[in-house]
Amino acid sequence: MSATGIGAAVRRKEDFRFVTGNGQYTDDVVRPGETRAVFVRSPHAHAKIKSIDVSAAKTMPGVLAVLTGSELANDKIGNLICGWMIHSKDGSPMKMAPHPALAAGTVNHVGDAVAVVIGETLAAARDAAEKVEVDYQLLPAVTDPAKAKSGPQIHEVAPKNTIYEWSLGDAKAVDAAFAAAKHVTKLDIVNNRLVPNAIEPRAALAEYDAGTDQLTLWNTTQNPHVSRLVIAAFVGMAPEHKLRVIAPDVGGGFGSKIFIYPEEVVCLWASRKVRRPVKWVAERAESFVTDAHGRDHVTHAELALDEHGKILALRAKTIANLGAYMSTFSSSVPTYLYGTLLSGQYDIPQIYCEVDAVYTNTVPVDAYRGAGRPEATFVVERLVEVASRQMGLEPAEIRKRNFIKTFPHQTPVIMAYDAGDYHASLKKALEIADVKGFGKRKREAARHGKLRGLGFSTYIEACGIAPSQAVGSLGAGVGLWESAEVRVNPTGSVEVLTGCHAHGQGHETTFAQLVSERLGIPFENVSIVHGDTDKVQFGMGTYGSRSGAVGMSAIVKALDKIEAKAKKVAAFMMEAAEGDIEFKDGKFTVAGTDKSAAWGDVALNAYIAHKFTGAELEPGLKETSFYDPTNFTFPAGCHICEVEVDADTGKTEVVNWTAVDDFGTVINPMIVEGQVHGGIAQGVGQALLEGAVYDKDGQLLTGSLMDYTMPRAHDLPSFHVGMTETKSPSNPLGIKGCGEAGAIAAPAAVINAITDAIGTENLAMPATANAVWAALQSAKPRQAA
Amino acid sequence: MPAVSMTVNGKPVSGEVEARTLLVQFLRENLRLTGTHVGCDTSQCGACVIHLDGIAAKSCTLLALQCEGAHVTTIEGLAEPGGPLHPMQEAFRENHGLQCGYCTPGMIMAALDIVRRKGNDLDEHTIREQLDGNICRCTGYHNIVKAIAAGAKAMGKGGARQAAE
Repeated sequence: MSATGIGAAVRRKEDFRFVTGNGQYTDDVVRPGETRAVFVRSPHAHAKIKSIDVSAAKTMPGVLAVLTGSELANDKIGNLICGWMIHSKDGSPMKMAPHPALAAGTVNHVGDAVAVVIGETLAAARDAAEKVEVDYQLLPAVTDPAKAKSGPQIHEVAPKNTIYEWSLGDAKAVDAAFAAAKHVTKLDIVNNRLVPNAIEPRAALAEYDAGTDQLTLWNTTQNPHVSRLVIAAFVGMAPEHKLRVIAPDVGGGFGSKIFIYPEEVVCLWASRKVRRPVKWVAERAESFVTDAHGRDHVTHAELALDEHGKILALRAKTIANLGAYMSTFSSSVPTYLYGTLLSGQYDIPQIYCEVDAVYTNTVPVDAYRGAGRPEATFVVERLVEVASRQMGLEPAEIRKRNFIKTFPHQTPVIMAYDAGDYHASLKKALEIADVKGFGKRKREAARHGKLRGLGFSTYIEACGIAPSQAVGSLGAGVGLWESAEVRVNPTGSVEVLTGCHAHGQGHETTFAQLVSERLGIPFENVSIVHGDTDKVQFGMGTYGSRSGAVGMSAIVKALDKIEAKAKKVAAFMMEAAEGDIEFKDGKFTVAGTDKSAAWGDVALNAYIAHKFTGAELEPGLKETSFYDPTNFTFPAGCHICEVEVDADTGKTEVVNWTAVDDFGTVINPMIVEGQVHGGIAQGVGQALLEGAVYDKDGQLLTGSLMDYTMPRAHDLPSFHVGMTETKSPSNPLGIKGCGEAGAIAAPAAVINAITDAIGTENLAMPATANAVWAALQSAKPRQAA
Repeated sequence: MPAVSMTVNGKPVSGEVEARTLLVQFLRENLRLTGTHVGCDTSQCGACVIHLDGIAAKSCTLLALQCEGAHVTTIEGLAEPGGPLHPMQEAFRENHGLQCGYCTPGMIMAALDIVRRKGNDLDEHTIREQLDGNICRCTGYHNIVKAIAAGAKAMGKGGARQAAE
């Protein structure tokens, strides 16, 4: 392993600009003549727009335009779409309601935009926005997914507010297995609604060039090409080749910046109307009511076991809240990213899952770190933990009895796991967490009036998203391959253009490590280019822990082509047969001779083309690859959470966290561990602190960082992170992906730990001090050991 | 519009601002010092932390006009262009104390204020408690805590100038 190659904890290339304040985020970009957009938003969850009076606003100083939904419709700007078709079990297609970027007839959630003011300054636009008068006729609202079907109908296309009623698996076989079971564990689970809260608020800056009829959009997006495609092909803003999308530094995404939102559409449209650049930057309160939220499932789940604790079958019935409109990938999250993971790490013969997706008068819900897989893991790991308690088995023992041991393993819910060693990660976690010493720690805690608990989560996820043909057969509107272009310069330095996008993941470092290792050139001589549709060939962006497994695989494939071409150049230079050229550590040699050529010389010769004719070989050294994976990847691991609960107040402290994950090949352990830390924090946040709360009228009660509890430094411990490794056979580097693991594993580990401590399973997330205290009061306290 | 003058990163600056202009807007828009970020509008996230007369302050909660005559230090003022990084900046880089980088300038400025108040030998508990005003969504704080402890120690060794004037 070289100091900057694969496996080295190389310090990040990105960091110099970030620690010196030289990052370039969307709001840091300023264009000459820039104007500011301020949106007028609905204060009501559900209402008919009777009229909008913009006359006073238009006459305010510094106002260039006040635009409404009816003008948007007159200009034939199309609706936003959901790009994944799900069919109900009766074969009918999902009910996708129109989603205009500015509401015209009705508003369907608090925060729905009804008008936009374009001002010379932010202050001018804000002042004018307050003068826009909207006359609403209030309509009854529904926010609780469990009540959506009987609530007031939101969209004409969706009777009973039902988007689809989907199922997966063999219901009859599952029923038969349950009938024969010795033990059945049943749980009612609410997977709480979360607000992603990337610290950089969403922003858009649109500029229209009348001379070329070209639109440019700087945008906080995780996937600029997909954004351009949707805005061109579906919204119809401009032809794809007349629209450039640039995603500069992006301050965190966690899924929420995958989607195509109304604001970027409106800024593009407005910039063409006012012939000036238009910038919008969300205020945090705006983020809360416009960024797609996450989770929000209501589930009843059951597990059937034999007398030895061997799982026979699992069934789950889930209602998934998709909010007021179907966001870009919303339909896939509670279906193919959820139901397909209900086998966990276990050999479960039969699984059946039903999911009803519903509209409510809330912010749209879509992928948030983990996306469906945290929800599935919570169901499986809570069921298994509770079953172990009910049957008097140790939590590790019931898992061992059910682990999948041989690979490949076909689950009853589509996925074919390709590699893993679940015993190895459990064993290592048991050691690091000192589970043997837990009893002593529990007794010691009891002496101080504290209840100690231990919670396990042996999770699995499907990453490396995804084989295009497979997702196409499941309804995806796009392929999920990734692209790379490797440009070798005449001096031997290298640029890699990737269709992935980094917003914290450190691709500029890890992707350069791969190139440095493979070509034997200094790490400093490699640059990674991403996030600009004018520079980079089409790509699918970053989400679903796909950039390593899919994006780096594309780079490998392009590097294969580079090496092959460079060998041809070297053969001409050294007057040898191409088959005799060997390439190692940045040097080309001729087998059986002492002839050699350095990397830089070969690069130069590729461009000066003095040693070969154009008929023999094309000059230049630049190659592109589009890599489509052969399977998903299956990162898995074991997280163990140890908590201490104050019996008097219900306050929970996470006192110890052990994470042992199998991510396959690790390119940079420092960065991978950082991804694990961040994921755990988001998972602990969901379990202990975070929850979006709507009142019955549809007002978001947790609408700011003063009401919605984000994890802070003192809410978390330091983490013990270990790794095991089985390589993924499904991509050339053996990478599985690490971005979401912590957020997937953590919630179940926390709740399993608290319920272990307090002796009752009746505890919902977030397990605030109040919730834990109430659970303690409602249950007969278990005697501290 | 009223005029305001102050010293920012050691240089005298002045400008005309609307009375409602926040210090962070003055820094970002008038002076084009965009390292100071806005994350929340409610003084919760700390992405906008700067030093005002040597003490950490949230620049989204100050009017520019309140800072007449003040000495302001932003993230851009910690290291000389082309010179070595401040030990706290270096510690964040060395310990992978950042991912997306958006909260980082505020974190570093807050960290320097912790050192000013609590000294160079900081334990984990102190750092976690004292970071109450800053939110990071990426790192889970693990490496930020490590970075601040290491940065504080390096500052104590006198390897570079202290940040707080």
